[in-house]
Amino acid sequence: MTARPALLIATLLAGSTLATAAGAADLTIGLKSEPTSMDPQFHNLATNTQVLENIFEGLTKQDAVQRLQPGLATTWEAVDDTTWRFTLRDGVKFQNGSAFTARDVLYTLCRPPLVENSPSSYTIYTGDIVDASAADDHTVIIKTEAANPLLPTNMASLPILSADALGAEKTITYKPKGECEGLGEVPQSPAFNAPEVAVGTGPYELKEFTRGSQLVLTKFDGYWGDAPAWDTVTMRPITSDGPRVAALLAGDVDMIESPPIQDIPRIKDAGFKIVDALSNRIIYLHLYQQDDKAPSIEGTDGKNPLLDKRVREAISLAINRPAIVERIMGGYAVAAGELLPPPMFGTNGRDADTYDPDKAKQLLAEAGYPNGFTITLGTPNDRYINDEKVAQAIAQMLTRIGIKTNVDAMTASQFFSRRNALDFPVYLAGWGAASGEMSSPLKSLVATYDKATGMGPTNAGRYSNPDMDKVLIEAMSTIDDAKREDLLKKAEGLVLDDYGIIPLHYEQTVWAMKPALSYEARVDQYTIAAEVKPAQ
Amino acid sequence: MIVYLVRRLGQSLIAVAAMAILVFVGVYAIGNPVDILINPEATQAEIAATTHRLGLDRPLLEQFGIFVWNALHGDLGRSFVYGRPAMEIILERLPATMELALVALILSVGIGVPLGVLAGLKPNSVGGRSIMAGSILGFSLPNFWQGMLLILVFAVLLGWLPAGGRGETVDLLGVRVSFLTLDGLKHLILPALNLALFKMSLVIRLARANTREVALQDYVKFARAKGLSTRRVVLVHILKNIMIPVVTIIGLELGSMVAFAIVTETVFAWPGMGKLLIDSINLLDRPLIVAYLMLTVLIIVGINLAVDVLYSALDPRVRLSEVKA
Repeated sequence: MTARPALLIATLLAGSTLATAAGAADLTIGLKSEPTSMDPQFHNLATNTQVLENIFEGLTKQDAVQRLQPGLATTWEAVDDTTWRFTLRDGVKFQNGSAFTARDVLYTLCRPPLVENSPSSYTIYTGDIVDASAADDHTVIIKTEAANPLLPTNMASLPILSADALGAEKTITYKPKGECEGLGEVPQSPAFNAPEVAVGTGPYELKEFTRGSQLVLTKFDGYWGDAPAWDTVTMRPITSDGPRVAALLAGDVDMIESPPIQDIPRIKDAGFKIVDALSNRIIYLHLYQQDDKAPSIEGTDGKNPLLDKRVREAISLAINRPAIVERIMGGYAVAAGELLPPPMFGTNGRDADTYDPDKAKQLLAEAGYPNGFTITLGTPNDRYINDEKVAQAIAQMLTRIGIKTNVDAMTASQFFSRRNALDFPVYLAGWGAASGEMSSPLKSLVATYDKATGMGPTNAGRYSNPDMDKVLIEAMSTIDDAKREDLLKKAEGLVLDDYGIIPLHYEQTVWAMKPALSYEARVDQYTIAAEVKPAQ
Repeated sequence: MIVYLVRRLGQSLIAVAAMAILVFVGVYAIGNPVDILINPEATQAEIAATTHRLGLDRPLLEQFGIFVWNALHGDLGRSFVYGRPAMEIILERLPATMELALVALILSVGIGVPLGVLAGLKPNSVGGRSIMAGSILGFSLPNFWQGMLLILVFAVLLGWLPAGGRGETVDLLGVRVSFLTLDGLKHLILPALNLALFKMSLVIRLARANTREVALQDYVKFARAKGLSTRRVVLVHILKNIMIPVVTIIGLELGSMVAFAIVTETVFAWPGMGKLLIDSINLLDRPLIVAYLMLTVLIIVGINLAVDVLYSALDPRVRLSEVKA
């Protein structure tokens, strides 16, 4: 990929294809990954969600900045701490013509535990629902085991299925743990490849899903909201970066997600439009703080220096975040001082730590490590944007203050298994807050690891701060939003003051498209075809 | 003949079993697929439940025992990622790869043999030399780079052909094929050419070397002396005799093209088995990986068998019953 003339010609080409894109009502998108199933309750992962949100809708939905908006429910309220009432939208039709009622909601809440072989179950959203009932056709009452302020947020991630299309009986009675009555024979995931089963209320209907090749959606004329912009939407999985960019340049596709950062200038030069936005994904360093038996640390006489707050602070101060953002991330990132970019719900508005290697050295000396020590930094090399390069840069910066750092980079599948086995004294990873608020990173990354309560599942540094836990648990059961936000701010402050985890940067998500298109960049990094519009 | 076939089949079964064990243990050693498949928000209890659901909480030996037992009953397991039988998913992708490999094969023989014979007959001419120089390029340029270059030239710069994907398909005897539609053909040309380039170079060199050798044989001289036309000498006497090594190589290479068209499929986003394998390895989808590689072994063994049978058709001196393989 060399010559300048190539770009010129590509520019001309792009120019000539613009006219067609503006006139035709078809849209083709090149995706980085492919959904594993058309069953919206099979595999709870962004890859599937972002595609299925065109066909199915939840009771609530998150807008581009993850604020909660009405979806199939127009209003919802907490009747008491454990009871929620959802009022459903009138006049909504499924793509098979049947009317949307409370029965469909009950069916949807009932099915997740009954989905066989699910590699990532939707029960994380429905597991705490002890009762659900229909007060009338358009009112649903949901009771949870304990107070759960995030229930309406969770409902945005649970797409509503059509009870009729899936063969349910007339009345459905909710019982927890998959013991609902009146579901009839519950269709399993492979059945959803058929358009008559994969029926939702969304703006597009499933026309054809050829695995590995393409997914074709057509406009649903009876959609309750604004009329969809495209007659046909085709989504093609093009997993390798280079070919995905080539497909855009060649005019095969109208839009691609995640072009490699180093190719962005080239894409811009060819006359395409780049849309980017700060994402909710924080890239962080986690430090092993369980005990003195930290793996792969040398030169400390068997002690674990990471247990010392001064050492953790030194590590944070040794990292030149603006340099990483500028040189490695090509400017498509923002230096982070928190676990979620402000002003999202529960953030304190802190700036990133200022680069100060002298103070870092001094702190190391105070902690009793004037000559530093040797440590290994684990990182995936194909999961986050330029992850391995960032880790290399950090290793150099840490080595400069005396902490000799070796980078151990590997493919994601291996990395996550080793990380979960506590194989690294320091590791680099990322976290995207699906709920769009602070309890998500706090609960998963820094709450004390506890199997029984489900706290700290991704806390593979085993950081533990009982004060923070207390505040967080209180926040997680506080329904009042203002009070909850204060508690979350306080909890986050406690972790950051303690350098329990070290934020590096917030990733920026990038899309490239023909200039005739517009897309409001989403914080959650989703590419939702229904939100791609012709440019004004 | 039958003894020979039985022996070959027995050998291939051993190869399949060895492959299954190696891959099974190897993938198990890399990591736990649940770690990468599950939603990051999942709690420890959810992770444990999923691990149990996929049967990954059992000891390796037990998992392997269950696998072998089911495999003997014709069930190679369900994909962790798709929740469907692994074989079903692979066979869904097989036609696309087969189509690509066969077209590439036709290209490499159809272009490679004539060019090779030409270069062999006139080794010192400008044409002969340029053909050899071209074949060196085809050999030495990396496959993925050739692919990217083809895309850059024909898709991005000239805009004649699409940059990737499979295009329109039609049903032919229950199999979806794309070579019968114009759109499908357009999508097929570049990846097939990419896959064929290396084999083509191989065929050219082989055909040239053999042509040079055969052209000096007494029977060719005799045929010439008899006053046969050059055309007949080349087409009948030379061509037929250089085909034996070419068929051997092509047989071996067809197997590898079907099984390992991975690079081409990835570069051109071709929805074949190779791309499926790469995706499955990234997600540690063990049932799919194991089933895929077992199928691959079977395909390669099958093709080798077919080559041996073809031999005897081409060369009357070879009789399969005599082959002690």
